[in-house]
Amino acid sequence: MAVPAQAGGASLAGAPPVVEARGVSKSFAGVRVLDSVDLDVLPGEIHGLLGENGSGKSTFIKVLAGFHDPDPGSALRINGEDVPLPLPPGAFRDYGMSFVHQDLGLITSLSVLENLRIGTFSRARDWAIGWRRQRAEARSLFDEFSVDLDPTARVADLDGTQRALLAIVRAVHEMRTLRGSTRTGPGMLILDEPTVFLPETGRRQLFSLMREIAGGGAAVLFVSHDLDEVREITDRATIFRDGRLRATVETRSVSDTELVELIIGRELPEHGGEREDVAPTAADAAVVVEDLADERVASVSFALGEGEVLGMTGLLGSGFERIPYLLFGAFPAATGTLRTGDETLSLPAMDPVKAIAHRMALIPADRQNNGSVGSISVRDNAMLQIIDRYTTWRGLSRPQLARDCQETLDRFDVRPPIPGIAYQSLSGGNQQKVLLAKWLGADPRVLLLHEPTQGVDIGARAQIYEVVHDAARSGCAVLCASSDYEQLAAICDRVLIFDRGRVARELRGADITKDRIAHECYTLADRAVPAGPTEGEGDGR
Amino acid sequence: MTRTKNSEPVTDVDVASGRSAGGTVARSLAQRFSIVIALVVVIAVFGSLRPDTFLTTSTLQGILGSQAVLVVLTCALLIPLTAGDYDLSVAGVLMTSQMMIGVLNAQQGMNIWLVIVLCLVAGAVIGFLNGWFVLLFGVDPFIVTLGTGTILSGLVLWMGDSTTISGISTGLTNWVIVNRFLGVPLAFWYGLIITAGLWYFLEYTAAGRRLLFVGRGRAVSRLSGLRVTRIRWAALVASATLASLAGILYAGTTGAADPVSGEAFLLPTFAAAFLGSTAILPGKFNSWGSFIAVYFLVAGTTGLTMLGAQSYVSDLFYGGALVVAVCASRYSRRKEVRESGSL
Repeated sequence: MAVPAQAGGASLAGAPPVVEARGVSKSFAGVRVLDSVDLDVLPGEIHGLLGENGSGKSTFIKVLAGFHDPDPGSALRINGEDVPLPLPPGAFRDYGMSFVHQDLGLITSLSVLENLRIGTFSRARDWAIGWRRQRAEARSLFDEFSVDLDPTARVADLDGTQRALLAIVRAVHEMRTLRGSTRTGPGMLILDEPTVFLPETGRRQLFSLMREIAGGGAAVLFVSHDLDEVREITDRATIFRDGRLRATVETRSVSDTELVELIIGRELPEHGGEREDVAPTAADAAVVVEDLADERVASVSFALGEGEVLGMTGLLGSGFERIPYLLFGAFPAATGTLRTGDETLSLPAMDPVKAIAHRMALIPADRQNNGSVGSISVRDNAMLQIIDRYTTWRGLSRPQLARDCQETLDRFDVRPPIPGIAYQSLSGGNQQKVLLAKWLGADPRVLLLHEPTQGVDIGARAQIYEVVHDAARSGCAVLCASSDYEQLAAICDRVLIFDRGRVARELRGADITKDRIAHECYTLADRAVPAGPTEGEGDGR
Repeated sequence: MTRTKNSEPVTDVDVASGRSAGGTVARSLAQRFSIVIALVVVIAVFGSLRPDTFLTTSTLQGILGSQAVLVVLTCALLIPLTAGDYDLSVAGVLMTSQMMIGVLNAQQGMNIWLVIVLCLVAGAVIGFLNGWFVLLFGVDPFIVTLGTGTILSGLVLWMGDSTTISGISTGLTNWVIVNRFLGVPLAFWYGLIITAGLWYFLEYTAAGRRLLFVGRGRAVSRLSGLRVTRIRWAALVASATLASLAGILYAGTTGAADPVSGEAFLLPTFAAAFLGSTAILPGKFNSWGSFIAVYFLVAGTTGLTMLGAQSYVSDLFYGGALVVAVCASRYSRRKEVRESGSL
């Protein structure tokens, strides 16, 4: 376990690890989500943290941040000193740790300089701010890391890459200035998937910044889903699965297959196998989408057959999760057409009103904010799409509405089946059933789902699968964008796997298993990467 | 998902909710009619303290007739409030239409019915402009209507040369306050009809449902195919048009147009709207709740004045009622959620 040569470790040889975790565990309501983790992060190294959603890697980071209190028996040493646990929230600053989360935590209406100093203002002793001096300091800080940022620019005017660079430089700055005066040590920067939404060039800039930081002796803990990135930037990587640390490896000396096996934990089936050709041809498809693009989706084309359930998946940031919203006109697309029947619709000009007129339905992942209104009754939510059917010459026929709603709630097995209660008083699974009832009541031809069983209990999950199957059987074309591989394997006829905004693979028939989908998601990045232009990938046939 | 499977849980829940229903039903009934009870209490208290002045037909008729203006103005406000938008320009619109009647009818001698039509058109135009600023520029309606309302107050002072204009056509005053039905001025009945109409609209039409969805969840509404912008815009136009009608009634009630007194309507309007949302249909802006709230607030201030309180008491009463009502409506909505959650 030598300190990698490139990491500037020579000058720090013999220095204790920045962080030594020993037997760190965390339980929620008796369930162990983090189980005796032993992890060392060395000064001057870039250390990758890999694992599926729910593998425990974010719980571990939240323990470091003082957000979760670890279970008794956990121990933490920082720079060779024992640290009392649990860490009080915010104490990580005193130990020289600094976090950059995926949302970056920038205030876009303020300037670069204000954002840079936002964390330090609260601790500043002097009551007046010397802006000129601050600007000069900011410039020299940016120069030090070769980052091209204007301190007076507004963050709203920066692009995604510049924002990420700013957030990281700020973190380093805070790590230095806020570290308790009594403590020494190189400090540690924790980056929680900051690269997910960046273009290739931005990624390069970010990586060179990370190397600068590690070169200065600090440790960088880099959380990612992307094997290729981890391989490119990290010296060592630690893999979490099911709450346990599975291995810490020298990144250079491990193969992709080994990494994937560590992440998903099963021996992978051989590629190939029997394929049933169930893909609809353009002629008989219910929906044909061509050349769909926006800022994170690059020229995607696919066909969706009547009665077909088409899955879409990929790693976070691969763009698959945007497809249902783009087709429905919830987000504006940059280019693309959607052909249904004899009509060809322009996707940049799509909006929900038009989508509904073409009998499309969207079940968004965020049901509380985008699906239904929590404070309004189940009845009004469930019947919203078809309320005009109940308008008579003397207004709404409320008794008829109530009867039909009751019948719908019984049919979808919503519990409790009481039309008058507020939507938000239902459990997640029942909320989802009401949402499905709302849209299926309008008899859609195209059903767009995003994470349809997120936050849904096991029992309701099976019922929701059944509802989706029934819809498909009655001729509805279903598109399901999901990161739940098990669910995709359970309901899909075909699965498209996305990588960097494109369809990179298509799985069919017997290939659609949870393990195979996971394997494809994690290994795609490697194959698609060759540094050249990524054009001409096609749709993976 | 067969019928036999789910018939069991249905009865389970029915039994369960039926058992606890006794208590909750009584409590929810008490809450729904709390404001009616409050009104009765206020009348009883002042009636017993000042039986010879408070409990007279003339006092009653006076209150019922003169407060119709507030009833109609509150109805106007309820529409954008249901759509999730504040309209602070309602009092300004009321003053504008009242002053238009003063200038065009009393001073210029224009036919009163023509002036009324012009007032309603002017109201619609003001509402359209409010919507223009709010929706095309994406500005908070609170700020926009605060601005337009103030502009209108200024315009009214300018139009009327800062003086009160009397001599409004008796055609209008007759049809508003002089003529009576069942001994009560017609104005009261207009207010009653508009309240009933708004209730019907919000509760018994698809458009009313859509308005509520737009107010409670903009993103949900948009993704459900509602034309959110158009609906909010229409709500602001409807609000200003109704406020204009309230101004016509005000001119008819007083028989004159004065450039300042209309401003005093703004706060009572909000107080009545929010107080009304704690009753009849608790947690939801509703016109019958507001109708009763108007008369509760007026009975309170009238009674206190008769007991010898100074005129400032009405400010204390309305202001206090607004704060209490807003807190109570927030509380009742939370409670509604909690209780239905316990089912």
